[in-house]
Amino acid sequence: MKVIKEKHPLIMRWTHWVNFPVLTIMIWSGMLIYWANDEYSVTLFGHTFFRFFPDWYYNLLNIPHRLSEGMAFHFLFMWFFTLNGFFYIIYSIISGEWHYLLPNKHSFKEAWLVVLHDLHIRKTAPPQGKYNAAQRIAYTSIVIMGLGSVITGLAVYKPVQFYYLTWLCGGYHFARILHFALTIGYVFFFLVHIFQVIMAGWNNFRAVITGFEVENEQPKPAIETNNDNE
Amino acid sequence: MNKPEKETTVDQQIRRRTFISFGLFGVYVAGAVGAWRWLYKSPNEVPGITSGAHAPLRKALNKTEIFFRRLAFNESHLVKTYPKEMAAKKVRFNSDIGTEGVLPPEQWTLQVTKKNGQVLKISLDQIKQLPKTEIIYDFKCVEGWDQISHWGGLKFADFIKHFGLEEEAKMDFVGMETPDQKYYVGIDMPSALHPQTLLAYEMNEKSLPGRHGQPLRLIIPVKYGIKNLKRIGNITFSNTRPHDYWAELGYDYYSGL
Repeated sequence: MKVIKEKHPLIMRWTHWVNFPVLTIMIWSGMLIYWANDEYSVTLFGHTFFRFFPDWYYNLLNIPHRLSEGMAFHFLFMWFFTLNGFFYIIYSIISGEWHYLLPNKHSFKEAWLVVLHDLHIRKTAPPQGKYNAAQRIAYTSIVIMGLGSVITGLAVYKPVQFYYLTWLCGGYHFARILHFALTIGYVFFFLVHIFQVIMAGWNNFRAVITGFEVENEQPKPAIETNNDNE
Repeated sequence: MNKPEKETTVDQQIRRRTFISFGLFGVYVAGAVGAWRWLYKSPNEVPGITSGAHAPLRKALNKTEIFFRRLAFNESHLVKTYPKEMAAKKVRFNSDIGTEGVLPPEQWTLQVTKKNGQVLKISLDQIKQLPKTEIIYDFKCVEGWDQISHWGGLKFADFIKHFGLEEEAKMDFVGMETPDQKYYVGIDMPSALHPQTLLAYEMNEKSLPGRHGQPLRLIIPVKYGIKNLKRIGNITFSNTRPHDYWAELGYDYYSGL
């Protein structure tokens, strides 16, 4: 029979859906800023494979000559990005939700099994709680990346007043590279995330809006075996 | 017998909760889209000391800057300096607004307007006679590039002391303009008095070349390059923000690092 199973707490859903548009605006305004000194590329042995970014891309998104506007948007939305992120982290710690999110000692081995399962190489997936091992690693990484963006961002924003952050990030240049690389990381995360959400189906997606999942529960056997090794 | 009935109840619950949640989610999305459209289409600020930014964004810029200034600005936070060998030999040049060509040194005097209206006329020699301070630091442009460069000149704080401008230094801002007044900056006093702020007349141990602000320019390492005015023509002091070239074009007035 169908049962309603509570999955995602309201604050998780709220911070998730605040973060999505805010991060989008941060990436967009960041591109407006980056354009003014677009020096990064993928170059190996003197051959440039890809330039961040090609002209057609800039023109398509109407990026050129908007540095001051980009800075103005970036320095407003950084507040929402940071506060929303901290709110989520503090909530996760206080509520104990981090138990479901942080990788544990089995996660790294299991994540590989999850990948094999997702690629249809392996038939069974390892047992999981709210998040599977691969999700634990991915979602914990994305939170750490968010923190990284705040720290590298401050290191580039105020390299004199926050000189210790700039030092921590390996200097002004490296801080700017990290800040950029993290952004590329978000884009990759987003692509994989969207793909996985589509593959996981409606029940899973709905839970991030409604908070619950619907499960078909078998009538319980008289003797319960507990093999939850979380 | 009551099994089917119970199932409908669960189904009803699912439908009801899904409906409410998606309804609220829809309201949220509509609100977010509306707020974004409002901000994106918000009119520019009324042109004044600052111009060219969306009005709400300018407010946010100013508030954010004040927040970080109060949180972190400290005169003792020195800009990192480097050994002389690391200084660029070819110093990057971005703009010559207000400093086109070469100005014959004999045609140049620095004009400083005092609080009482008196105008001091100061020659380059008078400035060069005073103790020279050198700095090799990472010059940072608002565009995102940076370059280690080597400058020599008179510390602004020493300039204040030597020319008896202590009263003026109690005011909130310093304004500087090029001789033709085509480029101008406003600097808050704590940044101007920062121990690494120079009135520079040398670059790489030689007199400033024309395009780098000959004969005297501002080097203020705690600010982006846009505040490092080339070829200072006059200096004023005020308690209100002096006009500023890039602040009129949508950039942050403070532009501090």
